[in-house]
Amino acid sequence: MSDLKSNTVATAQAQTRQVAFRGGGFAPASHRWIGALVFILLVTLAELGTRQGWISPLTLPLPSDVLKTFGELYASGLLWAHMSVSLTRLFVGALLGASLGVAVGVLIGLFSYVRAGLVPLTAALFPIPKIALLPLFVIWFGIDEGSKYALIAFGTFTPTVVATYGAVDNVDRSLIRMGQSFNLSWMSIVRKIVLPGAMPGILSGLRISLAIAIILLVAAEMLGAEYGIGAYILEAGSLYDLERLFAGVTILSLLGVTMSATIGFIERRLLNWRQ
Amino acid sequence: MDIRLSGVSHSYDDFEVLRDITLEIPSGRIVCIVGPSGCGKSTLLRFIGGLEQPTKGEVLQIGSPPKDCLNPLTYIFQDFALLPWRSVRGNISLVLEDHGIRGARAEAIIADVLARTKLTEFHKALPKQLSGGMKQRVAIARALAVNPAVMLMDEPLSALDSQTRELLMDDLVSLWTRTPFTAVYVTHNLAEAVRLGHSIVVMSRRPGEIREVVHLETPLDQRHYGDSALEEKQKYLWQLMREEARAADAELVHV
Repeated sequence: MSDLKSNTVATAQAQTRQVAFRGGGFAPASHRWIGALVFILLVTLAELGTRQGWISPLTLPLPSDVLKTFGELYASGLLWAHMSVSLTRLFVGALLGASLGVAVGVLIGLFSYVRAGLVPLTAALFPIPKIALLPLFVIWFGIDEGSKYALIAFGTFTPTVVATYGAVDNVDRSLIRMGQSFNLSWMSIVRKIVLPGAMPGILSGLRISLAIAIILLVAAEMLGAEYGIGAYILEAGSLYDLERLFAGVTILSLLGVTMSATIGFIERRLLNWRQ
Repeated sequence: MDIRLSGVSHSYDDFEVLRDITLEIPSGRIVCIVGPSGCGKSTLLRFIGGLEQPTKGEVLQIGSPPKDCLNPLTYIFQDFALLPWRSVRGNISLVLEDHGIRGARAEAIIADVLARTKLTEFHKALPKQLSGGMKQRVAIARALAVNPAVMLMDEPLSALDSQTRELLMDDLVSLWTRTPFTAVYVTHNLAEAVRLGHSIVVMSRRPGEIREVVHLETPLDQRHYGDSALEEKQKYLWQLMREEARAADAELVHV
């Protein structure tokens, strides 16, 4: 009897082991500092490479020189001269394009006649490289600010329209049903159910539209602009002044990061109701 | 206010869903509609509330709703249909705003319905913070806020686990006992039907027809979990439905 007992204990011991964990990965977590680390690593690598000579100064300027150029730009007051013009163009153009885009997108989402009429038109306009239309805009709106606003507005308009009507289409139908079942007016349903419900889609569309706006800003400033980051980069490029070119590009990148962070902030504030 | 359905039939193209439904929903009673899946019971409920129109027959309101009734035919949905971006209070005030009820008057109504559904301390919570049972209680509170003449409940407990379901059934019974309301309660769960229904309409599989109407005389507050008389009724209902459910299950889905 006792023999039997010890025997079972022995087999039990022989088979005891921890169940292997295999459920790891596939779970995105936020590590903010890694992005900065990668950036610093790349810049340090470029600095080391150009200093020690295994990157030719013809291919890449010294990051510290770029920083110096940037400092000079700031000290001369030209930075602000370029930035203020560019930011105004970006703001006016993107505001025009995005607000028109959201309005048209909502109309497409709500009315099937508008959808039938405008969706093919947007599909036709979307793939046109807007930069190709710049000469046309110059004729229509003049060589001054008008053509630049128009180019940026037009470029942000189409992606915003597409994102917005997609977002309106994706609003939970059962919530709209609920609104109707409580006799809410059409206006109330649009204002209190459709628009807030479409907000996540509209904001993620804006991320893309605003990046496109920055690209088009540079394109717009390539024609008939004295000041502006685009003009600055273009001038540096034609003189093969790599330090200034990179300083300008850095400004654009920073602009993009700021823009994306701003939208991220708005999303966190406005969409805290999401799961 | 009573509701009368007379000769309601419905088909999508040549796909018949409901056939000749004639039914009376008397004021102050709960009418349960049970049937196998796809028998058109939810469609029938959408006809009663005017969210869809039948191809034949009519849905009639007999008498007028009480004066203080803001939305005579009010739904409670299976998926709760709460706005995720509004708090509990905001979800209730949503249905009052359109009637021009704001400020102190709205506050009074909201406080009352939250107290009746035992949600007072959660008035600031967002739907994502609430459990399924609490979400449905918010939806019930929202329905009570408009003081409905008829509550149209579309499988209101089907998305909940069985314990929560028991609790909510008790809540519904006590709400009804305090102030009797008229309700049409669609469900596929026979236990819910025998607990809450004054009469139970058994429907056949598609095209849905009324097979039998079973009446239950026991007062709602005397029906309890595991009651043997109720079990008997439930067995009887299941026996009525069993073949239909089996046949409905074996059907191909037409989409």
